[in-house]
Amino acid sequence: MLDRHRFGLGLRKPHYADFLDGEAAVPVDFVEVISENFMVEGGRPLDVLRRVRARHPVALHGVSMSVGSADGVDPDYLRRLRALVDAIDPMIVSDHLSWSRIEGFHSHDLLPLPYTHEALDIVSANVGRAQDALGRAMLIENPSSYVTFAGDMTEWEFLGALCARTGCGLLLDVNNIFVSAANHGFDAIAYLDGIPAERVHQIHLAGHSQGRELLIDTHDQPVPPSVWTLYAAALARLGPVATMIERDDAIPPLGELLAELDMARAIADGERRQAA
Amino acid sequence: MSLLALQRDFRRWLDHEAADAGARLGPQAAPGLSVYLNNYRGQLMACLAESYGAVKAWIGDDAFESAAATHIERRPPHSWTLDDYALDFPDTLEAIHHADPEVGELARLERGLARIFVGKDAEPVVPAMLAGIDWERARIGFVPTLTMMPVKTNAAAIWSALADGEHPPAVQFLPDPATVAIWRNGFSPTFRTIDDAEREAIEALAGGLTFGALCGRLVESIGEEKGPVLAGGMLSQWLSDGLVAHVRDLG
Repeated sequence: MLDRHRFGLGLRKPHYADFLDGEAAVPVDFVEVISENFMVEGGRPLDVLRRVRARHPVALHGVSMSVGSADGVDPDYLRRLRALVDAIDPMIVSDHLSWSRIEGFHSHDLLPLPYTHEALDIVSANVGRAQDALGRAMLIENPSSYVTFAGDMTEWEFLGALCARTGCGLLLDVNNIFVSAANHGFDAIAYLDGIPAERVHQIHLAGHSQGRELLIDTHDQPVPPSVWTLYAAALARLGPVATMIERDDAIPPLGELLAELDMARAIADGERRQAA
Repeated sequence: MSLLALQRDFRRWLDHEAADAGARLGPQAAPGLSVYLNNYRGQLMACLAESYGAVKAWIGDDAFESAAATHIERRPPHSWTLDDYALDFPDTLEAIHHADPEVGELARLERGLARIFVGKDAEPVVPAMLAGIDWERARIGFVPTLTMMPVKTNAAAIWSALADGEHPPAVQFLPDPATVAIWRNGFSPTFRTIDDAEREAIEALAGGLTFGALCGRLVESIGEEKGPVLAGGMLSQWLSDGLVAHVRDLG
């Protein structure tokens, strides 16, 4: 797992040259990549990742494991991910509390789960199988969602039970808590109070957009003040946790993301001073 | 509702916009389900548009979006990687634009270039590594990304012009059917239109024929003077193209 007190960025194509060509290394403690983009046989993307790995610790963040699939996790996917894990030796391997595949159909979206005892049994079995295949513990990220179903527990209770059953950790996406809380009317602070703090090993920060009726997790905006406020509240409860800025669309010059990362550092410093 | 039943209904909502399935997901779900449907279709549309930029530029935005919508309706994604979703699109384009064969050929060329971009690595052989080879007994191996694509039109020239931001030439049928060889030179995808003699030579060598035996065949077909010259010329071209991955001297 990543040490605490670290600050990182998602490695995206427009910034490859910044990360590879500069004489001085980009001032980040780690980078995170989308695993599926590098689960390939060869070529330039894999070469870039190997070279970046020589300069920085790397976290592998997946979007297609589908730990919520009622028909199980895909063994071919796990085999390909294991090959990448063996090649890169990442600090973290993570995916989402969601499903995207059923009976051969792939939605390529992070679809919501009902928080029922049955779903908990299925997700726990799938995460267990994935961790066995990868030979290591994973982090599971809380999703943003636009639909909820009747269930037996809250999302944070579901995540706590999943951690207890499987030994997995949590990747806490603060923006996703904000978006889901606004969309479904729950209290974001109650969420932070409800998750097992000792299991949180990484935090994502991102921006969102206002849709017609719902907040949409677009990752195409700077981190808004509301999410910074919730981040400070999270750090007050969790202590310092490895934090990264996640931008997937409308990607700005690297300097803008580094400035956002400095903001995260400043908030973390403030929380640390307050706790001392 | 079991998780399996819920996921089957969600799938039917996404790939068929089935109202009965959507209704079973809950009375309050409608606004959220619209977001997921929009994300699903938007993501697949963007995947096809990014993968087939030259086709889009050639047939125009409206025709492209109509073809992509047809493809999304008929072929739901079946692989964990979005890259795979784009692979079947040339079939859909060929079915829709069957009177314009250059459209399908352009699509197959774009698909070929995209596939080899992340294909297996191989260090190309350079001439300095070949000192002392007994060419009579030498077996030539080509880079693993090498693929052959039969063509009837000037799709390759159209693609090159579009990729360079130039005005593309008018579509033309080639005087004879030809082949476009597609491969990766280092990390750069590339292609070249080759004639039947070169295609046959590559296929024979890839099938295990020695270089000496290839020369023998060419001597039989085009004579003692021209045969070795043609074989040597092709070898020199393959080396400079970064097409040769290894030369094994069986002696």
